[in-house]
Amino acid sequence: MSSNVITVPVGQTEARPWVDELHQWLTTVDHKRLGILYIVSALLFLVIGGVEALIIRIQLMHSHNNFVSPQVFNQMFTMHGTTMIFFVAMPVLFGFANYLIPLMIGARDMAFPRLNAFSFWLSFLGGLLLYFSFLGGSGLYGAGSAPDVGWWSYAPLGARAFSPGHSSDYWTLALLVSGFGSIGTAINIIATILCLRCPGMKLNRMPLLVWMNLVMAGMVLLAITPLSAAQIMLLIDRYLGGHFFDTQAGGSAVLWMHFFWIFGHPEVYVLIIPCFAFMSEIIPVFSRKPIFGYPVMVAATVCIAFVSMSVWAHHMFTIGMNSYANSFFTLTTMAVGIPTGIKIFNWIGTMWGGRIQFKTPMLFSIGFLFQFLIAGLTGIMMAASPFDWQLSLSYFVVAHFHYVIVGGILFALFAAFYYWYPKMTGRMLSESLGKWHFWLFLIGFHLTFDVMHIPGLLGMPRRIYTYEPGRGWDTLNFIITIGAFIQAIAILIFVANLIISYFKGAQAGHDPWDAWTLEWSISSPPPAYNFATVPTVASRRPLWDLKHPEDPDSRYE
Amino acid sequence: MSAVTTSFPNPVAAWHLPSRGKVAMAGLIIAESAIFTIFVVAYLFYLGKSITGPTPLEVLETPIFYTICLLSSSLTIHLAAKSLERDYRRLFLCLWLLTIALGGLFLYGTAQEWHRLIYEHGLTISTNLFGTTYYSLVGLHAFHVTAGLIMLSVVAIFGLIGRIGVSQSARVAVLSMYWHFVDAVWVVVFTVVYVLGR
Repeated sequence: MSSNVITVPVGQTEARPWVDELHQWLTTVDHKRLGILYIVSALLFLVIGGVEALIIRIQLMHSHNNFVSPQVFNQMFTMHGTTMIFFVAMPVLFGFANYLIPLMIGARDMAFPRLNAFSFWLSFLGGLLLYFSFLGGSGLYGAGSAPDVGWWSYAPLGARAFSPGHSSDYWTLALLVSGFGSIGTAINIIATILCLRCPGMKLNRMPLLVWMNLVMAGMVLLAITPLSAAQIMLLIDRYLGGHFFDTQAGGSAVLWMHFFWIFGHPEVYVLIIPCFAFMSEIIPVFSRKPIFGYPVMVAATVCIAFVSMSVWAHHMFTIGMNSYANSFFTLTTMAVGIPTGIKIFNWIGTMWGGRIQFKTPMLFSIGFLFQFLIAGLTGIMMAASPFDWQLSLSYFVVAHFHYVIVGGILFALFAAFYYWYPKMTGRMLSESLGKWHFWLFLIGFHLTFDVMHIPGLLGMPRRIYTYEPGRGWDTLNFIITIGAFIQAIAILIFVANLIISYFKGAQAGHDPWDAWTLEWSISSPPPAYNFATVPTVASRRPLWDLKHPEDPDSRYE
Repeated sequence: MSAVTTSFPNPVAAWHLPSRGKVAMAGLIIAESAIFTIFVVAYLFYLGKSITGPTPLEVLETPIFYTICLLSSSLTIHLAAKSLERDYRRLFLCLWLLTIALGGLFLYGTAQEWHRLIYEHGLTISTNLFGTTYYSLVGLHAFHVTAGLIMLSVVAIFGLIGRIGVSQSARVAVLSMYWHFVDAVWVVVFTVVYVLGR
């Protein structure tokens, strides 16, 4: 491996005035800066959505609590759900995709840098629109009102008669606008991956992160668009007097449910597949082994994407579909478990016999594997329609999908933060704070969401404002709330770690983890132009080939 | 501050990748197809479910002439793109303007039909389910025709001042992909609204 160091002239490293710096960030079309903007805006919304979750948990801490009014409680669970899915999970995953894909395929930037900036600002504007409803939700009538009809906005609750004022309009417009941003980003990701790979980077040599983001972007094109179409219909109903979801004029409330869940279920996979991607990069590096079963991983990802397009109505077992539909959606939903199981076996197979290093990213990855497995198992339980009839709309469901989203997606994201933060900033995150963050968050998570299954089994419905004493729910809910606060403390440690390490963290160097993908071949943080010379690739692990010229991977392909 | 650079082995000899414009347009077309699918499903689902009249059978007339206009514009834009590839600029410009004229004629047809439905039959978007689904599906398509016409006109303006040459042919090909998509969608909308829907 021959590497040379370019010294940047002193004049370029001097601090610019902060106005210049701000102007550069606001007008940037650089994929790395946009990636960071995505991630930072998502973290901002994560804190807001987290505070909303804490308000919900304080209200449910014990029976007959009056911490907030029922109206505010409805706004809190609506805003919490909408914020976390559309303005935290989506942007943060797009942020990592934006940052990493061009670096991993050896490209200068995304295929359409200006479209990239446009998409980011659209989705950010969507988030601002959603939160502007607190001020302007009732229009000129006085105080604002946030949307309060749940993040599904089931018909007819979203109609004019049941959502007067503008709260639902802000919700609709926020999702429509950020949806257009998502479509733009997805198109950009696909074009970047298919058209900008460096010489030698064939499809079967791409890092798995790139493969899985390609599949994710394809799913965004097919899954976000039905939601956009449904939002356009809702706008037509609300503003032009249309009757799409107006049952009094022959319209159908069930059609809205179908349209929403045709988006809603693939969306889960849109969020989890990039997390699979993080796992497929991080686990091999910290097990010191190449990924086990690369082609099968790709096939399983495509398979999940394909099957997940035909499972949506398992969210609707309780509306009374016929037995054929129930059986079909039960079977397809259970079928998703097969490719997912293959993936879990492959990650374990990668760790098997490896020299595992228990650094913070690896700890979060192992947490992910364990929790995602349990989330999948309760998912299989819910997939059986008779079981679902019993527990649908209960806290069991809430516990299940938080197990996926927090135990799976959020743990994978934390792993990604600890793994790529050195590349983005040039500084290592503190390992000791990281371990505090991991263990506290793990304890808080299990305290909250393991226990949450039980009140669900005991019959506690979701979205309930308060409950009667003496049902056996009080102690359980109290434990859940304590767990939520432990998680909040862990998140504060994480944010503190991000800030402290930015200024005082150890210098990372260009390859702190001794990794194998192209982003680790350039300095941290990477220069604006990424690669001084266009890299060429002869195997799936180009940096391994460079570090071990006596035994390169390319010899075995 | 220093930048790390790594030198890699010699470049591979032949390395061809698809054009990003075409890939991106294909992505957009997939996304738009999903949007149209949802509107088509809603139209089919609500067929015959209107509580009050008018019904499609009473008021709709099959727009055969304007359909021929739109479909033949696919042919003219294809020939225009081909002639630009061979740098026949004048022929390109004629065919391009003809495409715009045919697209404009189609929009005029839609406008006339809507005028007739609104003023003669009293059918608006809020009259009944048929009105809601009909105007939104046909309107969504007309919106795409309008967007296409605006883009085609921009190219036409640049063509008229002599700025469109063979170097632009790849971009023109991407735009013609979009226009073919708009035409293909009309085949579906036409079948659903004027054939199956009556």
